[in-house]
Amino acid sequence: MVYDAGHYDVIVIGSGHAGVEAANASAKRGANTLMLTLNLDMIAYMPCNPSIGGPAKGVVVREVDALGGLMGQVIDKTYIQMRMLNTRKGPAVRALRAQADKPLYIAEMKHQLEKLDHLTIRQAMVEKLIVEDGVCKGVITETGAAYYAKSVVITTGTFMRGTVNIGEISYQSGPNNQRPSVKLSENLEELGFKLVRFKTGTPPRIHSKSIDYSKTEIQPGDDQPGHFSYETKDKIIDQIPCWLTHTNEVTHKIIDDNLSLSSMYSGQIKGAGPRYCPSIEDKVVRFHDKPRHQIFLEPEGRETEEVYVQGLSTSLPESIQEKMVRSIAGLEKAEIMRSGYAIEYDTVVPTQLWPTLEVKNIKGLYTAGQINGTSGYEEAAGQGLIAGINAAASALNIEELVLDRSQGYIGVLIDDLVTKGTSEPYRLLTSRAEYRLLLRHDNADIRLTEIGYRLGLIDEERYQKFQTKLTLIKEEQERLQKQTIKPSDELNVALEKVNESHLKEPVKALDLMRRPEIDYSFITQFAPADKEIPNDVIEQIEIQAKYSGYIEKSLQQVDRMKKMEEKNIPENIDYDAISGLKEEAKLRLKEVRPLSVGQASRISGVNPADISILLVYIEQGKIATVS
Amino acid sequence: MNDDTIAAISTPLGEGAIGIVRLSGEEAVKIANRIFTGSDLTKVDSHTIHYGKIVDPKTDEMIEEVMISLMRAPKTFTREDVVEINCHGGLASVNRLLELVLERGARLAEPGEFTKRAFLNGRIDLSQAEAVMDLIRAKTDKAMDVAIKQLDGKLSKLIQRLRQNLIETVAHVEVNIDYPEYDDVEEMTKGVLLEKTTDVYQEIEKLLLMAKQGKILREGISTAIIGRPNVGKSSLLNTLVQENKAIVTDIPGTTRDIIEEYVNIRGVPLRLIDTAGIRETEDIVEKIGVERSRQALKEADLILLVLNNNETLSDQDRQLFELVNDLELIVLINKTDLADKLARNEVEQLANGHPIVSTSLIEERGIDELEEAITSLFFGGQLESADISYVSNVRHIQLLKQAMSALDEAKSAIDLGMPLDLIQIDVTRAWSILGEIVGDTVHDSLIDQLFSQFCLGK
Repeated sequence: MVYDAGHYDVIVIGSGHAGVEAANASAKRGANTLMLTLNLDMIAYMPCNPSIGGPAKGVVVREVDALGGLMGQVIDKTYIQMRMLNTRKGPAVRALRAQADKPLYIAEMKHQLEKLDHLTIRQAMVEKLIVEDGVCKGVITETGAAYYAKSVVITTGTFMRGTVNIGEISYQSGPNNQRPSVKLSENLEELGFKLVRFKTGTPPRIHSKSIDYSKTEIQPGDDQPGHFSYETKDKIIDQIPCWLTHTNEVTHKIIDDNLSLSSMYSGQIKGAGPRYCPSIEDKVVRFHDKPRHQIFLEPEGRETEEVYVQGLSTSLPESIQEKMVRSIAGLEKAEIMRSGYAIEYDTVVPTQLWPTLEVKNIKGLYTAGQINGTSGYEEAAGQGLIAGINAAASALNIEELVLDRSQGYIGVLIDDLVTKGTSEPYRLLTSRAEYRLLLRHDNADIRLTEIGYRLGLIDEERYQKFQTKLTLIKEEQERLQKQTIKPSDELNVALEKVNESHLKEPVKALDLMRRPEIDYSFITQFAPADKEIPNDVIEQIEIQAKYSGYIEKSLQQVDRMKKMEEKNIPENIDYDAISGLKEEAKLRLKEVRPLSVGQASRISGVNPADISILLVYIEQGKIATVS
Repeated sequence: MNDDTIAAISTPLGEGAIGIVRLSGEEAVKIANRIFTGSDLTKVDSHTIHYGKIVDPKTDEMIEEVMISLMRAPKTFTREDVVEINCHGGLASVNRLLELVLERGARLAEPGEFTKRAFLNGRIDLSQAEAVMDLIRAKTDKAMDVAIKQLDGKLSKLIQRLRQNLIETVAHVEVNIDYPEYDDVEEMTKGVLLEKTTDVYQEIEKLLLMAKQGKILREGISTAIIGRPNVGKSSLLNTLVQENKAIVTDIPGTTRDIIEEYVNIRGVPLRLIDTAGIRETEDIVEKIGVERSRQALKEADLILLVLNNNETLSDQDRQLFELVNDLELIVLINKTDLADKLARNEVEQLANGHPIVSTSLIEERGIDELEEAITSLFFGGQLESADISYVSNVRHIQLLKQAMSALDEAKSAIDLGMPLDLIQIDVTRAWSILGEIVGDTVHDSLIDQLFSQFCLGK
């Protein structure tokens, strides 16, 4: 029996890392939002590694934060260890990574959502979408509840027709033995969605008391832990270390001998797995010469003894998993608490989406997160945020948001997905971004706060604080630009100390700071500031001075890109009617339906000559309409 | 879109004696002005023609006398500023001109790009749009075809190898960034990066050097025969021409009466220049004056200075030596059939290490030695022109130069102590520029490289 269970502006199906951000963004924009979850105790659950951030991903967390998202604030409150990575490299690739307290993260995220206005949270299994005349109007749950809405966001992660594989054992299941979502997947197929199977895996978890830590190396957190959210204040907390050990030849022999029993090598699994996150079986097979692989032991929280064995993702049978784990130094007596497994699941081919993450063929329907073929909590969060923003925009008829590739990693991620698609679970890497010097973790607020404020995701108080920061940066830069530092014995002695050559002529303070070994604190010895300058302001001044040449180059590239992005392709364009386009180009263009010439140029199979022809064709159209 | 200035040779290659290099875009006038001596083009009226010389600003070398037509937007073919440089010097000069404007800031036009711009700027009407698209397609396919044909297998393999070196290096830098904790992967150091970058840089440098050689092979070594009257210049010319069944082509210019004759010396084509001068007055210096002959001689790739074995060295001979001392030079002591009156040791001193060959053109002696001297001068004595691959396509040469300058920037960034992830930007740029030569610019291959080269995972 189907009954009318209520009317909303936006419905979010799922409460993983994509779902919570979608629900939060939608509610913050003022849309009356309903979030449906299979299990209220699993909100923002981390089914795999207990960590958030890292290169590229950590920047996404900051971008989510600058647009009013939750991930940054919640991890700042619940981490057990924080590290800044790549500190010896350039500013563009520095990245924060936190070890999360998994149970606490769930509790904190749930509470944050519960406190939100405009958000209703309900435990339910959605089985069907209500779609009429190509417009999505709501959902129906397994208990017969029909919820109606102006837009719907699907964030079902790896649950759609999920199948868990351990050795030759295989059963339908979501991650961590939760109920899979089978009917929804079938429903999407009926609605004409192109779905593909992807695969990912997770390692066993072991009991901390059964580990001999003396045989491993300690991996402590930073003495001065950073934080993801621009709202979090600096603080020192008691951190918990991780531990490093390695596989060895015995481990590799166990794997080699039992390879045929692994679900992945027996042919049981058909889905495409990620190359950047291979199982230990894959690593041993593909890199046979490597005598050892790193294994990080990562605690899953403060109030639990479970330890995640990073580096040992596997689908070998349980008995072999135990042998394999116990062959590793420090884990000889390890007690497995949960076995590793591989999971196969349905994903939506993401070229079926507009850059807003709206489904091209069904108005008002959005998909975000792992269902779109990505992997990783941060990638999910970034998409969830954008889908939530745009679902609310569509429901309330307010401004949409599409970030371009120069505005954020989120822009790179979504553009890659909807323009190129992906043949394996997609992970963000810094090398996917062509303007990564502009997409730094330190300037996510400068890039995005303005937008967040305009869209109603950032409140007035935070916005004013941000404005103050901008003003301080500008004033201090101007001061250093004006103030001259003259050569003196004292200065030259100081320069010698940092291996810099003597100063012969007076220079502007800002120019002296461009030298590699000179930082802001050096400058203020000789050109003191007239007020206290916060660290985040100093950071911006230093980076902008030191890397101005490269930043300038990147900005010029962005300008060139933008000109192409501004050339819109009319929605009703008939590619078949364009003589001169190669067949392959026509096919790909019809599939992706790019919105701009810039986007078209990034489609594989569309070459520069095709782009020239497309440009001429579009201009012809314009001339025709004018005359 | 059309914010850059494009340039191309706009006369069909190999046809017609007059060559035109056409520039279009905002910087067209500025760029032309940088290499033009004559009126200040930035100040002249639109739709005017100007006579002057093209000079390489780097070397102050005079390249060509030209007529420049200057047309300012919007009444031009492309509705942008257009400059057309008309010259008479044949294929070699036109190419040289094109290279010059490319070095000075223009970009080589894509096939059909002038027409495309004309269209996009509204110059061509609607009915022609279809034709424009067909033209772009046809020209692109043809250009690709030509470019690919010009890029032979060996060269293509070499460039692929260089790209592979670069991308392995970049992948290494990237893996350090994206997987900072993996001790399985060695940390890329600036030392190693500098070494790898320098390696590829030098390989490209070599390719470009060979490109120059290839150009010599295609266009001939421009060779000037000089000497006092009656030393045997005409005999030398005739011997070379007869011996080698010369292909004689008459390319009358309008500013100078040059007759060029091509002879093929053991596979090395010589383009004998100013031979008219030899025939008419027997004395190039007398004819055009010292300064001008110095200029004329500078344009030659090879000077054959002929002396008379039967006479003592004259001041005029010494003057000639002075003129050509820093050029590629072969000294011929002719008339060895007659009595030795020439002071050999003084000749050796004046020749200053340049090869000296004794000949008797009348008795046809010493010609083998001369030919050997010529081939060894240009190809180290090992001419395998049939085997060697040369980059000949202007576009390829241009791209190689760009790749080299990207690597150069990477190298100086290393010197400046920039972080690896920034240095990497220029290395990646070099990689993708090289990709344009072999038609492969897919960015994703970096990601592929990353995962095939390194073992990463959770």
